[in-house]
Amino acid sequence: MYRWLLCFRYLKTRYIALASIISVTLGVATLIVVNAVMSGFSVEMHERLHGLASDIMIECHATGGMPDPEGHLREIERICGPAIVGSSVSVSVPAMLGIDFRGQQIGRHVNLIGLDPETYNRVSDFGKYLLHPENKTSASFDLRDSGYAPDREGLEKAGWEHRRERVEQDRQIEAMLAEERRMMEELKRQKMTPEEIAAEQAASSAAAAGPSFGPSLAIPGMPQTSEESLVASIDPMKEQFDGIILGISTCSVRTRDAEGEVFDHYYAQPGDDVRMIFPSASEDTKVLNQKFTVVDLYESGMSEYDSTFAFVRLDRLQDLRGMINPESGVRSVTTIQLKVAEGVDLNLVRDALRRRFPAEVYPYNIQTWRDLQGPLLSAVRLETTILNILLFLIIAVAGFGILATFFMIVVEKTRDIGTLKALGASGHGVSSIFLSYGLLLGFVGSGAGLVGGLLFVDNINGIAGIVERITGQEVFDPTVYYFSEIPTIIEPLTLVWVMIGAMTIAVLASVLPAIRAARMHPVRALRFE
Amino acid sequence: MSDSTPSDSVVLSARGLTKSYHKDRIAVPVLRGVDLDVEQGLVTALVGRSGSGKSTLMHLLATLDRPDEGEVWFRGSRVDNASRSKRDHFRNHDIGVIFQFYHLLPELSALENVLAPAMIGQSFFRYLKNRSENRKRAEAMLDRVGLLHRASHRPSEMSGGEMQRVAIARALMTDPKMLLADEPTGNLDTETGHEILTLLDELNRTDGMTILMITHDDEIAAGADVCWRMKDGLIEDNRIQQSVAA
Repeated sequence: MYRWLLCFRYLKTRYIALASIISVTLGVATLIVVNAVMSGFSVEMHERLHGLASDIMIECHATGGMPDPEGHLREIERICGPAIVGSSVSVSVPAMLGIDFRGQQIGRHVNLIGLDPETYNRVSDFGKYLLHPENKTSASFDLRDSGYAPDREGLEKAGWEHRRERVEQDRQIEAMLAEERRMMEELKRQKMTPEEIAAEQAASSAAAAGPSFGPSLAIPGMPQTSEESLVASIDPMKEQFDGIILGISTCSVRTRDAEGEVFDHYYAQPGDDVRMIFPSASEDTKVLNQKFTVVDLYESGMSEYDSTFAFVRLDRLQDLRGMINPESGVRSVTTIQLKVAEGVDLNLVRDALRRRFPAEVYPYNIQTWRDLQGPLLSAVRLETTILNILLFLIIAVAGFGILATFFMIVVEKTRDIGTLKALGASGHGVSSIFLSYGLLLGFVGSGAGLVGGLLFVDNINGIAGIVERITGQEVFDPTVYYFSEIPTIIEPLTLVWVMIGAMTIAVLASVLPAIRAARMHPVRALRFE
Repeated sequence: MSDSTPSDSVVLSARGLTKSYHKDRIAVPVLRGVDLDVEQGLVTALVGRSGSGKSTLMHLLATLDRPDEGEVWFRGSRVDNASRSKRDHFRNHDIGVIFQFYHLLPELSALENVLAPAMIGQSFFRYLKNRSENRKRAEAMLDRVGLLHRASHRPSEMSGGEMQRVAIARALMTDPKMLLADEPTGNLDTETGHEILTLLDELNRTDGMTILMITHDDEIAAGADVCWRMKDGLIEDNRIQQSVAA
């Protein structure tokens, strides 16, 4: 009884001890905040990474891809049985994206993926990252009228509305240019000899044979290449090319204006036409140059994906690349995505598949989504571990502070210890005063840290805002992280461990002073001045 | 008398106690074979000049320290070589100790200081169970020393005499068989010291409390029933005073 009474009294009267546990408080609060932010980040990242990639991916390195995907899927089903709950096949090919922007060409290296939206959605989140609300539920490669992202600056009119406006505008410009050219030629012709005119005509048709971008290509009276005469057969006001869905960063840049506000600038948006240049699947690889109409944008928040992916319809890409066996009509694919039942160990499934399709025989790469993102995930894990160790060291340092303070308190209380012993208190009882005191200090310190940490986490975005205002430095840069807010997740188990750890350190730090108090000789203690 | 076994009327007795302190490997003898008896219901004074070993003797009698040789008997049983917990219980329950420097716990109020022995002697749950009785007893003890009105005051708010009264109340808390007082007036002015002595005398007369009082003051010793005189670690003589002899 007396030990609790005394240690409560000590707590109330010894402020120096409270000072020594402020570091415990700070350490605990920091641990809680760091863990909440790190687990918020990693959960968000896991969710995104996993959402984008299917559970298991079988990639074929051959340019022609793997023939007979149906047969492969049957084989996989035979091996894995009910573990596989969904599958999708796709074609993935490196490509160059060409965007015509105000008369200039913008080239981007992308990963062109031919997919079947319906089955693809079953193995991973695809639709959910598209801009158009209807595409989110059922992705389509047809351009929609409007409503892509009316609240985004620059995308208000995306869709057919934008397309018609743009075509109209291009036609006007084109008509003006044609008129100008005609007048110039007229002017020249008046000055030139017939030989010079003939040479001029030859040169202009040669120049036009190269790639000439721009949606308005069907200009009457202009020299046409064979491809362009083909595409000219569609009316861009009413028709579209094959649909393509671009990763949002392939066709936009995110920057800050003079006021520091983040804004996106779009080089292409739904309704625009872009060009894709990619290799054919034939043995003597040819370069294919194909026009597509942007029908939606893909924004997952993972810059790696958003800046490299472009999606088209699987069957169209197979047609274009010649991935159909002319005899059997069977189509090839380069990738098989599998969705594995909940709770099944992905590595086991992967290993089973690897045994069936050994790398020595098949040019396949079989990976789980964790393998794909292994370095990133392990980097985050490592970072969390190291931060936890470092912060626990801070609390350990605080423990030495408690140790020193407690030694001082024990010395200061020498006479009282003698008194207690003279009154019949045992050494055990005296030492338990200081152990309880340490426990109490640890509890108060880590409790305050817990409350502080939770409050901090709860208001972390507000605090980040205040820090930004004071320092003028952006704490959480949305151009870097693609999250608009700092994600946090508080795991109760982590809190429990942090509290237990901090209290253990506080108690351990009070063990030595407590032993010293217990061993104190009562007579010497009573005589202590 | 020194060879005889203690009679029934003797509460506390020492037999052949020796104790020396070591200073740089040289043993400095403080007690050199002390025999002492404290008789039931009397005020016994132990007089000696400073350095005569009387405080050391008291520490041995209160089992705060252990003798090099010799025995301490309390009501027919040896206490100096008893187990640690038995000695703790002996100090807590059988004797009440009063010090020259009061030794109150500064964090606790007067009442809590008086309660301290009960808290120490009883387990947490037993104390909680007996809380109101303990409190009543502590208040009664404070009342006995005339300080009930100061129950909630801290030692730092009290005078020396008041603190010594609280210490006496604390010593009485567990209803001990005897009080050991180490220079109870040594730190007080004459008048206050006199008050404390009167209080102790009263306890002896009304309650029959056995008291062993250590002092260097012959005048104080003269008021006791029995007086033992110490010099250089030995009992010089013991004398039954007039009041008892009469």
